[in-house]
Amino acid sequence: MDFSYTEEQQMLQESVQKFIQKSYDFETRGKIIETEKGFSEENWQLFAELGWLTVPFDEADGGFGGSAVDLMVILEEFGKAMLVEPFVASAVLSGRLISEQGTAEQKAELLPQIMEGKLQLACAFAEPSSRYNLANVKTSAVTDGEFVVLNGSKVAVLNGSNADILLVVARESDYEGLSVFMLDPLSSGVSIKAYANADGKKAAEIELKDVSIPVSSRLGAAGSALPTLQLAVDSAILAVSAEAVGAMDVLLHKTVEYSKTRKQFGTAIGTFQALQHRMADMFIECQLARSIVVMAAMKLDSGDEYIEKTKAVSAAKSRVGKAIFKVGQEAIQIHGGIGMTNELDVAHLFKSVTTAEIMFGDTDYHTARFASL
Amino acid sequence: MNADFTAEELQFRQEVREFLQAQFPAEYCEKLDAGIRLSKEEWVRWQKILYKQGWAAPNWPVEHGGTGWTPAQKYIFATEMGLIGAPEPVPFGLKMVAPVIIAYGSEEQKQRFLPDILQSNVWWCQGYSEPNSGSDLASLKTSAVRDGDEYVVNGSKTWNTYGQYADWIFCLVRTDDTVKKQEGISFLLIDMKIPGITLRPIVLMDGHPEVNEVFFDDVRVPVNNLIGEENKGWTYAKVLLTHERISIAGVPKSKQDLAALKRIASSTEDGFCGSMMDNAIFKSKLAEVEIELQAIEYAELRTLAALSVGKAPGPESSILKIVGTELAQRIDELSVELAGYHCLPFVPEQFESDFQGESIGPGNSALRALTYFNNRKLSIFGGSNEIQRNIISKTVLGL
Repeated sequence: MDFSYTEEQQMLQESVQKFIQKSYDFETRGKIIETEKGFSEENWQLFAELGWLTVPFDEADGGFGGSAVDLMVILEEFGKAMLVEPFVASAVLSGRLISEQGTAEQKAELLPQIMEGKLQLACAFAEPSSRYNLANVKTSAVTDGEFVVLNGSKVAVLNGSNADILLVVARESDYEGLSVFMLDPLSSGVSIKAYANADGKKAAEIELKDVSIPVSSRLGAAGSALPTLQLAVDSAILAVSAEAVGAMDVLLHKTVEYSKTRKQFGTAIGTFQALQHRMADMFIECQLARSIVVMAAMKLDSGDEYIEKTKAVSAAKSRVGKAIFKVGQEAIQIHGGIGMTNELDVAHLFKSVTTAEIMFGDTDYHTARFASL
Repeated sequence: MNADFTAEELQFRQEVREFLQAQFPAEYCEKLDAGIRLSKEEWVRWQKILYKQGWAAPNWPVEHGGTGWTPAQKYIFATEMGLIGAPEPVPFGLKMVAPVIIAYGSEEQKQRFLPDILQSNVWWCQGYSEPNSGSDLASLKTSAVRDGDEYVVNGSKTWNTYGQYADWIFCLVRTDDTVKKQEGISFLLIDMKIPGITLRPIVLMDGHPEVNEVFFDDVRVPVNNLIGEENKGWTYAKVLLTHERISIAGVPKSKQDLAALKRIASSTEDGFCGSMMDNAIFKSKLAEVEIELQAIEYAELRTLAALSVGKAPGPESSILKIVGTELAQRIDELSVELAGYHCLPFVPEQFESDFQGESIGPGNSALRALTYFNNRKLSIFGGSNEIQRNIISKTVLGL
């Protein structure tokens, strides 16, 4: 048994840490969020140069290997810095969907461009009334000769306003099941409302009204997309859970440090046993969250049956979500009023982890899913 | 034992109900439902409506324009306000400074300040907390040094809610730093127009500049703005703190929020062809909240009954503050959970009264995470819940 990182993983971690230290402090992040795109193009190119965008992909596809543990290593560091560049949305969720669902030609065309940082994607799967059920898709795809006509509404499309290609999940009328279509966001009939989520990352609501695209825009085979979408979402869940683990560690660390310096009643508040025990509980939550994410990453990289893997992912999301409420709320409470302000990174970390708890299904959803599998 | 209201009390309840239905502006209901904040003018108008009815100040004595209500009547009024969704008027004048002026102010001060507070002609804000004096409020450092007929005030106050609207600020200031910290504090009323006062807005994590830091730089305040005796300010502030907590548990508001939550749950699809009301886990969580709320309501009624027979409020206010705020925060959590993806868009501008753009998310769903974020303050302000637990440990349990 060995839970240590390989040399390669350590190098990967150090390279992310170096970047964050040099170019991604709290103020810089704030400025990036203020820009129209809400992320830094320059950083994105740097990620490509450093090879980070190849990490989610298999070697056969020209990637770094597609290991979940590698992803975890990167995303934990991203989470600590609350990085807003669309790594999860574009490289992990959309990238994995293409590599699982695309034909050999489609993959050969798209994947290199993603890895080189030339192409940004967004995956539009959730709908106003789908909640977290991936199979609940009302957006329709009707084949009409050489064209397919899409109609429907999508919500919570991460990176939806910046993507060069939207991957739209739709229900086929002529085939059973779900398909994915590659859509140019500038196509007629597509309207996009951009906004930032509570974690600062850009997202969009998207309306599709009689959007007509060539049948060749279909990714892979018709009606076959639900299982591959689930695989892509599993990877994305692992990624956001690892981000949350990183962010929670910072919340704990900042809270402990603050309690050592903040003086009330003539002494540091960290000397109060009532607060010490609560910080000890935060630490326990951070440890359990980290442990279960490690478990899920190792499962995903194992030769186990798919059902075991996806079940491990739900377990991780469920447990991490529970830790998020505890660690996030205690961090704010122990900081007191100052923790409520926009000026302090603690409030932003709290909003980031709260967002992570909801993305791709909350604790209750994944607890129930775990029980049903 | 009986928890019923008397016939007179029931008749009073009917009267309150009819008044609120007729007089609480319908457009305020719509606004508040949509999560839009009332403007200063709207707050003022609402208080003037209550004033006309003679009900602006349930807690004041009759001779100053109060209602002379019994504790039960005050409770009924607060409950009915909550049920219809009518907000309590801004408390800084009516509930925070006025009782101090009434109890400890001079005749001249009463005549000068109380009528404008009652009619909402003057907007007050609070100057208690300081950057280094939060839970340990008595360690405050803002100084007031006597110079002839004036005090010269220097220092800074923080978490000053809606100071940007305020005409006056009531402050705890240090007038003696040679004695025990509680014994060198005075209660001073300061006109915000005096030179030397500056405000720095503090944006909270929900994106709204709800609070301010207030700086005092050689601010010269007439000595006749001192309440009561010099160095007695701590006693004045403290006595009032326990008396103002009859409705601190926020039961009516939580009841209203819980009812809203149930309505929303019934119309929120669970993603599996049912509503969230069909979701066993969520239903069970709702039930837990409802049960807790009933326990809190009866804890509040028992306190009320004790007050009605003239007992002084004790540590009950600490209990109610803790359980009431933590329940309200729990309701916010469930409200976020219910909204799911729809609460994630961070668009605080959408809930300002002058918002013109196209809104994101169905209904006010994008408001719910903002409310969850903002209401983390409930367990921090008004004496943090840790401080309240200390009070219970010391005064009830004798630890």
